[in-house]
Amino acid sequence: MTDFLTVLLIFMLVSAVAAIHMRSLLSAVIALGALGFASALSFLALGAPDVAIPQVLVDVVTLVILIRATLGRDVKTTSGLRDTSGIALSVALLILFGIFAIQAARHLPPLGHAGMHAEANKPVSLPPGADFDPAAPSHFYIEKGPEVTGSANTVTAVLLDFRGYDTLGEATVLFTALVGAVVLLRKRSRSVPSLPSGAGAPSSPGEGGAAS
Amino acid sequence: MNGMSTVVKTVARWVIGFILLVGLWLVAYGHLSPGGGFPGGVVIASGFILLVLAHGGRSADRVFPRPVARVLDSVGALSFLFLALLGLWVGGEFFRNTIQKGSPGRLHEVFNAGIIPFANLAIAVKVSMSFVVAFGVIAACRLRAGGAFESEEED
Repeated sequence: MTDFLTVLLIFMLVSAVAAIHMRSLLSAVIALGALGFASALSFLALGAPDVAIPQVLVDVVTLVILIRATLGRDVKTTSGLRDTSGIALSVALLILFGIFAIQAARHLPPLGHAGMHAEANKPVSLPPGADFDPAAPSHFYIEKGPEVTGSANTVTAVLLDFRGYDTLGEATVLFTALVGAVVLLRKRSRSVPSLPSGAGAPSSPGEGGAAS
Repeated sequence: MNGMSTVVKTVARWVIGFILLVGLWLVAYGHLSPGGGFPGGVVIASGFILLVLAHGGRSADRVFPRPVARVLDSVGALSFLFLALLGLWVGGEFFRNTIQKGSPGRLHEVFNAGIIPFANLAIAVKVSMSFVVAFGVIAACRLRAGGAFESEEED
């Protein structure tokens, strides 16, 4: 298991570096797709098909299709060198996020153990043989989820029943991004009649009365 | 976009039914097996995107007009919000699973789990139509050489 994940990780690193250094844009997009597919395979190896399916769909299918459809047919290659300040900033951010990631990984449960620790700022030390901390909320989700919600898939039970707010916020984010894209990329600007000269001039009596 | 060759158009016509079937299966069985509203919606949207890529924007607009996609996008989002508010009105809590609680004997049946299948359906409509609209918006505004955007008249 760990060997397979290591091979996948090396493959992901190689394809990420290849995506940066390829001059042909289509090859770079395909390398990004290979990175996403290897990531989906690692999710599948860790026993999370609920995450692997959206990973394959979004990262391989949609990303490649969207980028390929966005680029015009006359844009084939990238050109130009990155400047030194950009590289320096990238390295500094890489070191910063690396420190954060190592700190965060110390609080993760060990590989193959479900559920988080009840106390957030404490490194995980589970008793031997225990799969999760009985005081953590994820313990309740795993144990009682099918019985309480009626959903055989615990991930769906968490997404749409226990943590429905999260899904609602996700839908709101998607909707807002879409509205922004439609408004920014539309072809005809909405024809604006000549604005009244006074800043506070009410456009309609009802709105003006409510505002003041 | 005038579409691709006859081979691509024919294969796309064969395949799109299976793609939509897989998407609907992911949505309908989202509370029983891996899947759910979001992946199912993306699969359905990729079927429509395949249609647009193979047949071109204009003939795809005849089959599935883009204003309909925009309206369905809003309908999906509002129906998901309505399901959440239904819990507030009926059960007294936002997002309460009001319709029917699961019973252990019926755990692996499709009509189970209260509002969860309906929420999956609402999210699938919302996500698929969002991706269709986003693809239309982005494809209409292609990136040209030199980084300048150029609009193609499609509306």
